[in-house]
Amino acid sequence: MVIKGTLSKGKYYDSVTLMAVARKLSACEGVLDAAAVMGTDSNKAILKASGLLSGRFAASSDADLLIAVKASTEALASTAMARAEELLKAGKKKDAGGKGVRPRSLEAALESLPGANMAVISVAGKYAADEAMACLRRGLHVMIFSDNVPLEREVELKRFGAARGLMVMGPDCGTAIINGAPLAFANVVRRGDIGVVSAAGTGLQEVACAVSNAGAGISQALGTGGRDVKKDVGGIMFLQGLKALLQDSRTKVVLLVSKPPHPDVVAKIGRALRGAGKPVVAVFMGAEPELVASLGAFPAVTLEEAALLAAGLSLGEKPGAVLGGLLRRQDELAKTAERLAAGFAKGQRYCRGLFCGGTFCAEAQVVFRRYASRARSNAPVAPFLDLRDSWKSVGHSFVDLGADEFTQGRPHPMIDYSVRNRRILQEAADPEVAVLQLDVVLGHGSNPTPASDLAPAIRDGVALAKKAGRHLAVVATVTGTDLDPQNKAGVEAALRKAGVLLQPSNASASVLAGEIVRRLGR
Amino acid sequence: MKTIFQSELKVVNIGLESFQQALAASGCQAVQLDWRPPLALSEKDRRTLALHRGAIDKANKKAVDIVLNGKPFLVGLEKAVDVLPGMRKNSVFHAGPPIGWERMCGPMRGAVIGALLYEGLARTPEEAEGLASSGAVAFSPCHEHGAVGPMAGVISPSMPVYVVKNEEHGNHAYCTLNEGLGKVLRYGAYGPEVIERLRWMAEVLYPALARAVAKVGRVDLKNIIAQALNMGDEVHNRNRAATSLFYRALAPAIVRTCPQPERAAQVLEFINSNDHSFLNLSMPASKACLDAARGVKDSSLVVAMARNGTDFGVRLAGTGDRWFTGPAPVPDALFFPGFTKEDANPDIGDSAITETNGLGGFAIAASPAIVQFVGGTSKDALDYTLQMYEISAAENNVYRIPSLDFRGTPTGIDAVKVVEKGILPFIDTGVAHKKPGIGQVGAGVVSAPAEPFERAVAALARSLDRATRRPGRQRRPEGRPGRRPLGRGR
Repeated sequence: MVIKGTLSKGKYYDSVTLMAVARKLSACEGVLDAAAVMGTDSNKAILKASGLLSGRFAASSDADLLIAVKASTEALASTAMARAEELLKAGKKKDAGGKGVRPRSLEAALESLPGANMAVISVAGKYAADEAMACLRRGLHVMIFSDNVPLEREVELKRFGAARGLMVMGPDCGTAIINGAPLAFANVVRRGDIGVVSAAGTGLQEVACAVSNAGAGISQALGTGGRDVKKDVGGIMFLQGLKALLQDSRTKVVLLVSKPPHPDVVAKIGRALRGAGKPVVAVFMGAEPELVASLGAFPAVTLEEAALLAAGLSLGEKPGAVLGGLLRRQDELAKTAERLAAGFAKGQRYCRGLFCGGTFCAEAQVVFRRYASRARSNAPVAPFLDLRDSWKSVGHSFVDLGADEFTQGRPHPMIDYSVRNRRILQEAADPEVAVLQLDVVLGHGSNPTPASDLAPAIRDGVALAKKAGRHLAVVATVTGTDLDPQNKAGVEAALRKAGVLLQPSNASASVLAGEIVRRLGR
Repeated sequence: MKTIFQSELKVVNIGLESFQQALAASGCQAVQLDWRPPLALSEKDRRTLALHRGAIDKANKKAVDIVLNGKPFLVGLEKAVDVLPGMRKNSVFHAGPPIGWERMCGPMRGAVIGALLYEGLARTPEEAEGLASSGAVAFSPCHEHGAVGPMAGVISPSMPVYVVKNEEHGNHAYCTLNEGLGKVLRYGAYGPEVIERLRWMAEVLYPALARAVAKVGRVDLKNIIAQALNMGDEVHNRNRAATSLFYRALAPAIVRTCPQPERAAQVLEFINSNDHSFLNLSMPASKACLDAARGVKDSSLVVAMARNGTDFGVRLAGTGDRWFTGPAPVPDALFFPGFTKEDANPDIGDSAITETNGLGGFAIAASPAIVQFVGGTSKDALDYTLQMYEISAAENNVYRIPSLDFRGTPTGIDAVKVVEKGILPFIDTGVAHKKPGIGQVGAGVVSAPAEPFERAVAALARSLDRATRRPGRQRRPEGRPGRRPLGRGR
């Protein structure tokens, strides 16, 4: 076995480009492992952990490119290194096709796009706050996609922005839709009169898609990042967004999405809603519906319910009709579960949820609480417990594959399915597993070929269980619209063909999973 | 905040390119910022710089105005030992930041050997090496004596030098005479033909040029450079037009003042056959303008970038005589037949003084003839120059680029901008073989390394911080250890 490494000084590439290169290198003949990263200390720690750290990497700086390959022979390692160079060059070539010189600084960017009013920032977390501050100083609203931004910097940025009437979405804001434009991981949805403020990224995607798929549309969808509604930030941007939507003449219905905000923030939201003058729907994932109702908003337990309530209000339907429809569906899911439950082998009784969306992992647990008193998660919702080893499920387990332990030095599971595909087989091999719950998120930035990347793993998992005399139920939902680049209907059809019990929402998928396991192991 | 809902969304995307592509596909105007991580700087230094940004900008304006207003004239030729401040009989000056024999690269050693043979201080190369390593030779950077030298940049006492005067500020700069291409001292060659040519230059070329310059009085170098930029030179890697203009300025005087017509013809042929003749004038012209800006307090303006083939050194207007160094990079180059990057020595020479003065790589958009060095298209050259505006303190008031509608060249590197933006100065350069005695193997371009700029800016930040923490007290940088008085060797 041979390990080869090169250090190129001052060659910067973004992490997504590098991860794509590393993935292609890993697929080269005779290559056991490969990495292409910028020479930061944290990346070097990752290289060290995977045995790819060369001595010459020690002196690297953040601006230096490191490529490392572990291969079976010297010749194959050299071939892979040459391939890496080709791949990076091919990427650069494409760049050169653009018109004019690419701005290297904010000043130059503003010169080339006069009147720019928004910055989307997705550089490494330790640089993101400085870039955001520079943009705010120039009067730009900012969306910070990056995570790992220190809390105190977030507070500083948001106070600075709020004082100047500027939006600071994020850090860790995965998605937003402003004036119909998709920012970062956004779906292509209809425009309309429902305004969203969300402290949950995939939550925003799910409600925006559900609203659009129900025939209504989105005026604005603002993300804040999950920490905004916690005590330290105090809901600065959540409240600012809410107030802006209440004042916006094109927004008729406001939809709020969050995990339960800190009580201080809840109180502030309550004050802001007094005399709102337009209907407000809120889903505070896991909070008591009474809390929301006391604020004067329509309470919703799930993202789907919130979206359908908002869509109903927008289209002039009665909330009762919307909720009635959901209750009827629940009865039908119970019947489906009853039918399916007969098909499992003895000993099969657990549900395993494997999620790319953190909000979906939380929502699944909120729903699952109705069906089981014990479950585990690497991002537990009370009363469920912490999953000690994120890589190994125990009992009913809900795993957020977008959590740090899975994404260090790897692409997000919304883009790269390889971690989850392996996990699907691992769960399928467990004789106690009856149900697998999955989410698929479409839209800009997500995996461009979800069906062909996921379906084979599902087929293999089902076949593996079948060979051992078991039946594996795979429950899944696709978050997206038919306008998305991946096309929701097409992806759903392909997954159905692979034997997936496809559900219209994550909430509905969670109900079905719960109804099935409730009937097992008795 | 609600106002953005009423306006057209226009996005600056900093980071993942796919976000910009998605926006563009949806019909939203979005520009991709070609972001790089800023260079390494501590949080504390970063804050200090932010705090003093106003003072730094003011100081830089003052410094760069001095550079822009410089008036370099060739006023004569002299023997080095007669005019270079601090030059002694055993002095050998060299390119780049300070370096001793033990750390010198191959071509630098070759040039030192050649100089010792030329001076008659050694009879054989072996003897010269023994002498050089014995400690008997006083090595010192040209830059510390008002001089500059291309490539190895070696100046020994009896070599003739051009004397350039900045008539605006009264300071002088010096440079040797260009030897031409092929096996030459500046690339580390020291064979008999090299020494013979140096002797001919001292005995024939030098007196002829000295008489001619005396005859015409003085030669306006700024004027020649400005014209040459309009004729396809950037006066670092291409000096064909400037050499022709220089030839026109002096030819009649050379003929008139030369006692023998044959000698006059030889001198004219020598200048005419060497397109790089003028490089040894564009360099001291730049040096004379930049030296005048040294010592401007709080200024992050770069007043020298120089390489000795081992280290790359930088000096700022506001950090006194200190050099800030880092390893010199190996240039990306087009190599002469039979040579590859394996043969190349790390970057060497004081000629980056032209880039420091808004010429060379900074003005490469003016020089379509040499775009093969930078990717082959004139757009590549334009892009390099456009990028250099982002780290420059000013646009030149005299040096202009035709293809940019006569926009002034980016002039005066602001080291703080270099560090903050992670954009490194772009330098045109020749490439020497790493072994002494072989000579030039190619020509190309190189980006300055990050370390010298990081160190320089950190030092500036610390001096600004010290000044604020001790209000009322005068800073006395001269007394600090590690500094050398201006213009003296060590």
